[in-house]
Amino acid sequence: MIPEPKVVNTIINGDSKQILVSERDSLLEALRDRIGMTGAKEGCNNGNCGACAVIMDGRLVNSCCVMAAEVEGSEIMTVEGLASRDELHPLQTEFLDNAALQCGICTPGFLMSSYALLQENPNPTEEETRFWLAGNLCRCTGYDKIIESVLTVAKG
Amino acid sequence: MQAVNYARATDVDDAIRLLSEGGENARVLAGGTDLIVQARERKRKVDLLVDVKHVEEFMVLEFDSSTGLKVGAATPLYQVYGDNNVKINYPALVDASTVIGGKAIQGRASLGGNLGNSSPAGDSLAAMIVLGGVATIAGPNGRREVPVGEFCTGPGQNVLESGELIVYISFPPVGDGEGAAWERFIPRNEMDIAVASAGAWVKIEDGSVTDARIALGAVAATPLVASDAAEALIGRPLTDETISSAGDAASAIARPITDMRGSIKQRKHLAKILTERTIRTAVERIR
Repeated sequence: MIPEPKVVNTIINGDSKQILVSERDSLLEALRDRIGMTGAKEGCNNGNCGACAVIMDGRLVNSCCVMAAEVEGSEIMTVEGLASRDELHPLQTEFLDNAALQCGICTPGFLMSSYALLQENPNPTEEETRFWLAGNLCRCTGYDKIIESVLTVAKG
Repeated sequence: MQAVNYARATDVDDAIRLLSEGGENARVLAGGTDLIVQARERKRKVDLLVDVKHVEEFMVLEFDSSTGLKVGAATPLYQVYGDNNVKINYPALVDASTVIGGKAIQGRASLGGNLGNSSPAGDSLAAMIVLGGVATIAGPNGRREVPVGEFCTGPGQNVLESGELIVYISFPPVGDGEGAAWERFIPRNEMDIAVASAGAWVKIEDGSVTDARIALGAVAATPLVASDAAEALIGRPLTDETISSAGDAASAIARPITDMRGSIKQRKHLAKILTERTIRTAVERIR
């Protein structure tokens, strides 16, 4: 049985999109392979690492654990939607200034997870930040610079 | 990913029809945090995903002090632990649902999915058992109710028949003198699967335990209802001695395995320690 091609109507970073997907595609595959939005990364592809994190209808999700067909009628925000045309988001600026990344594969996921944290809790403690970001794995820089960056942005 | 098709159920009957027509490889899609990964890794044969998240009855979160709590099978965990009525009346559900995966998992995963996945280590299962949770199941022959403690029959196996699915899980109202707690052991702080877990619910009147429920996770092929541990408490004053005997009774019924997460000996020990701890926390929470 070959899954039928399917058109999915969604809003990505504020723009209406129609994406032609296979019903077996994950949201991550639809973003990366169908419409070339390669900001979300494939790390573990099983919900452990958070590299593919995006915001779906206001909630942080791992896009590898969402079927593309599920997002019909949903609003998605990806890391491509974080910066404005002229300016990086403060989290992006702080990650750069504080060298909170090395290889960068985990960074889009950390940025989206940190963004979701600050949306829900604009003044998190270090412990709250560490627990919130526990679903994002970094295998090179480690976590201290990332945590520091998020706390710096929160303090304004 | 194996070749799967996707269907969005329009109501409960539509979900039953899709599952029945889809046969044994049609699966209910709630948060997908287990199912999508299992389908991708070919740990389960899946050819149809039946998405129930656009049907209100699967997404409810209703509390009434006289009738209790009703949680839709696909209601995401963040809604459950973020709800004030749940926080005040069913903190054991908060204990469990806040440690299932990370935030991106909790945005999708559900109590019904955790139960339907039927892992012996499913974190919410022992909590739901001690809270008296009952799953309402719908299928081609109508509806039936199954207590959470009788739902799982083996690792990844349960009482659901072809075409059946969990619609919601209900919990009785909380009365005076009652408290509950759940705890697990993992060798780190978050993002791990339980080495062992335990839940306790106690009712205390005039200094004595008049009713209790104890349940264990990750120490047998299914979550365990530890009736002997509860019996060790009921009718007795709550002393260190009775709590310890309940812990011993819980340890005695544990039938764990040795694997990379822990040994039989460690898990038997944890069954006792976690039972004792959760009894004490449950008592502290009595209002």
